[in-house]
Amino acid sequence: MLALAFFVSYSDKVNAKLREFGAVMFSKARIRMRDGEVIEGIILPRPDVGDPDVVIIKHENGYNVGVHVDGIGEIEVLQVYSPPTRAGPRPSSGNGPRAALIATGGTIMSKVDYATGAVYPSFSLDELYEMYPELRSIASVELINLFSIFSEDMNPSRWTEMGDAINKAMQGGAEGIVVLHGTDTMHYSAAAMSFAFRSAAAPIVFTGSQRSSDRPSSDSFENIYASVLASVKAPFAESVVSMHASSSDGLIAIHRGVRARKMHSSRRDAFVSINAKPIAFVDVTKGELKMAATSFKQRGETVYEGGFDDRVALIKYYPGMDGEVIDYLVDRGYHGIVIEGTGFGHVSESVRDALGRAVEAGLPVVVSTQTIYGRVNLNVYRRGVELEKLGVIPSGDMSSETAYAKLSWILARTRDLEEVRRLVATPMAFELSERTEPINYCLGVS
Amino acid sequence: MVKHKVGLEIHVQLDTESKLFCRCPTTLRNDDPHFTIKRRLRPSMSELGQVDPAALWEFRKRRVYVYEGYNDSTCLVELDEEPPHDMNEEALSTALAVSMRFNAKPFDEVIVMRKVVIDGSNTSGFQRTALVARNGLVTFMDLKVPIWTIALEEDAARRMGENGREVIYRLDRLGIPLIEISTGPMEYPPNAIMDIAFYLGQTVRNTGKAKRGLGSIRQDLNISIEGGAKVEVKGVPELSLIPKVIQYEVERQVNLLKIRDELNRRGLKPYSPDLVDVTSELASTKSNLIRSVVEQGGKVMAIKLPGLSGILGFELQPKRRFGSELADRVRSWTELGGLLHSDELPNYGITSEEVERIKSRLGVDSFILLSGIEESELVEAATVVVDRINEAFKGVPEETRAANDDGTTKFLRPRPGSARMYPETDLRPVRITKALLERAASLMPEPIDEQLRRYVGMGMSRELAMQVVRSPYSRDVDRLISIYGGKASPTLIASLFVNTLKYIGREEGWSVDPIVGIEEAIKLYADGKITREAIGEALEEYAKRRGSTRVEDIVRERGLFKLSPEDVERIVRDTASKLGTSSEAVIMQEVMKRYRGRIDARDVSAALKRFNSSS
Repeated sequence: MLALAFFVSYSDKVNAKLREFGAVMFSKARIRMRDGEVIEGIILPRPDVGDPDVVIIKHENGYNVGVHVDGIGEIEVLQVYSPPTRAGPRPSSGNGPRAALIATGGTIMSKVDYATGAVYPSFSLDELYEMYPELRSIASVELINLFSIFSEDMNPSRWTEMGDAINKAMQGGAEGIVVLHGTDTMHYSAAAMSFAFRSAAAPIVFTGSQRSSDRPSSDSFENIYASVLASVKAPFAESVVSMHASSSDGLIAIHRGVRARKMHSSRRDAFVSINAKPIAFVDVTKGELKMAATSFKQRGETVYEGGFDDRVALIKYYPGMDGEVIDYLVDRGYHGIVIEGTGFGHVSESVRDALGRAVEAGLPVVVSTQTIYGRVNLNVYRRGVELEKLGVIPSGDMSSETAYAKLSWILARTRDLEEVRRLVATPMAFELSERTEPINYCLGVS
Repeated sequence: MVKHKVGLEIHVQLDTESKLFCRCPTTLRNDDPHFTIKRRLRPSMSELGQVDPAALWEFRKRRVYVYEGYNDSTCLVELDEEPPHDMNEEALSTALAVSMRFNAKPFDEVIVMRKVVIDGSNTSGFQRTALVARNGLVTFMDLKVPIWTIALEEDAARRMGENGREVIYRLDRLGIPLIEISTGPMEYPPNAIMDIAFYLGQTVRNTGKAKRGLGSIRQDLNISIEGGAKVEVKGVPELSLIPKVIQYEVERQVNLLKIRDELNRRGLKPYSPDLVDVTSELASTKSNLIRSVVEQGGKVMAIKLPGLSGILGFELQPKRRFGSELADRVRSWTELGGLLHSDELPNYGITSEEVERIKSRLGVDSFILLSGIEESELVEAATVVVDRINEAFKGVPEETRAANDDGTTKFLRPRPGSARMYPETDLRPVRITKALLERAASLMPEPIDEQLRRYVGMGMSRELAMQVVRSPYSRDVDRLISIYGGKASPTLIASLFVNTLKYIGREEGWSVDPIVGIEEAIKLYADGKITREAIGEALEEYAKRRGSTRVEDIVRERGLFKLSPEDVERIVRDTASKLGTSSEAVIMQEVMKRYRGRIDARDVSAALKRFNSSS
């Protein structure tokens, strides 16, 4: 990326000016302004935003500054900058149990990107690993670069690839799996893996960061440390999400993937367990894993059933929603629908009728609740009873996201409506519970 | 004194409605915080792939930072739990106004940078800062002051204390806008540098957008001598300390060069840490310091430093020896309290016999003693000490130092390089538009030399004018002069602020601003309702009651209203007949004495004239 000679985000005028004096990106230059002033610094590419006529210069004191091309007289190139070669030997892979780090993208691997001026997932895992030397003392880490995508570009086909990669690592003898993932859809992926691995030889620990790892305050350092530690030490072999337990550093909460939900757009303690408690915690200062759950899937033989159906829709009911939205999905050949109803799982008359038509057409329709907390109950009000009669499937106390991942996984195995109904209601990975403890309601404020 | 170069960095806190990158108020709080959070920080790579030495230094100290916040005046931005909001335009236009005043050229686009600072004073691990203008020049008292850059940045969190490895910060100050003015190096005498610092800071205050009071203007000095190095002295608490800090730092650099020459003259070579356990040599020592460490199972280690006799104790600044520089480093880098060196022993309860025993054990005459519980810490401290000694072979190390109250300085951290800057990617560059520049032009502050000339031109003495400029009330003075200047002299108005306000200061318990009382008194005077003398008396009472009673009510209560010309005429007639004289001087004296504070001498003269011409 550093080799780009001229930068797309500058105007033709700027590029012409630079070309005239033989300056390229990262040239160290002495710029003589038309009024006689002299500015020295490195010519930088510019972000995709702002005025393309303004040249960005990294001043000798480290500051970036912008000067309009019209003010520039002459440019004297002093030196063409070449990026420094990394000093020191490549870190060794470390000691202890084998952990596989599977990188998929996201803030945790982010660095400054000149094309957009924003944080962009472009860090290589090697570079990332150099940043976490303490991992060497807890595990021997294998690095797998699977994707480099934004979390929002994750989808069921990529879950299939992800599952295959995890399975391969487990077959290869990894004793812990850590998936580095963008946080926005991490809980979907973690839920998906919970179903794909019926049992596993190692925990699958998803982690990411809310504050990018290019900053000293990033939560990524402790999140990665705790995740690698948990992946090799934990007695459970489930798919989990491991992130900060509070706004403070020091304690990492491990949530079951099927129970995790991102509840805040930016806080580091954004993830909480819904209708459940975390399965474990990691005290980062002491380097200790503390179990919170008593029953869990133990490490065992890996039974992997990969594959997800990418023709499942997850939609939210809203007041005034028209049944046509559902009809459209049926007409477009979708294989299943999860709809987030209100309260106990209700929708309007118009949507009710449309859902009836969808079931009639052979699509499983799962109803979840948009209250996030609590469970669906179609027995209490008439509208619920009507829906039940039409053949929709209540999601129980599963979150909408988990219901979506589960339906996607089920539909990749069977399209038989009765079998789907049975499987949705069958607990597979602690995603369903008959009991909701009073304590399992928390807004994540700490 | 040796030739020196000094650059100034003046930081002025702005009194904007909200912080630079969030909409929290810019008020400091002293009530109990509502919550605390704990964090650790790590250095990050700069965009050019280097790690900054100052950042690494702090990281190695493995500190835990505790942040205190308030639900109603701290938001997720200060907690580094939410990206920054857009830059405060009020602050930006003020910075541009200051730039114009100092003839600095605004950049066409302002780009916010992250300056890595991982001493914990910023929750993010960096300070957001942006250059606004460059290459200015001002002349003050015939001194040319090159203005290198003007930056707008966020203030850091307030350090509240330390508790073991924890450092406690309060988030109220974090994010308050600061204007930073950096001058080029100047070769003026220390006193002139002080005047320039005053000039720059006060001129920013004249925007009316600056905070007042303790800590609202902070100055850093970059000092170097020929053959020395650029040393940054941070946080010089008072202007008056600037000359001393410069003088002492110049002395320090001169003395460090002497040490370098002496090391070479002695033919010494850089050291490596050669540590010997001398706990048993001090087994029965009377030194409390050593005893308490040993009783807790700790050790005393000696670093062998052959050939350094006389150098360890060499004085660099008043009461600060080369050994003090070494101890500074140990304290900054480790949890140890300091060290003892052979040039200061026997002392501190260590006897000459013990010193001899250590010398014969080590086989050298010069050494440093370190004591502590953890051996690993002693080893680390020894490395730190030896590194610093080895720097002495080169002369003066580039570093950031903190000013002590007596003007001497102590080590703070290595000098940060430009590697600690990278773009704040959560914010878009701000284009400096014509509209923004026009707004800024209307905010341009009056330079204090012009302000002084203006006051003297109004009839104030130079001394009074200077007092007004130095006071935080010049804008109030200007405002009242513009309203009442025709009827109350600028000198009267000014002296009420610089003199009267001293005894009716803003103490605790005031429910109103004392300026309200002064303004009311001036209005009564300007309207001819009270005399000049009565102002003082009324305000004194107003102060006693802490502003709880209006000045006019006090005047009424005390019968201080000015007597009308008719009353004066009557009084003059009565007095003349009572005293049986027509001597103007005698009558005047008597009348003024009896009606003190309620009567205007001019009215008395006029009445006397009429009286004498009629009789």
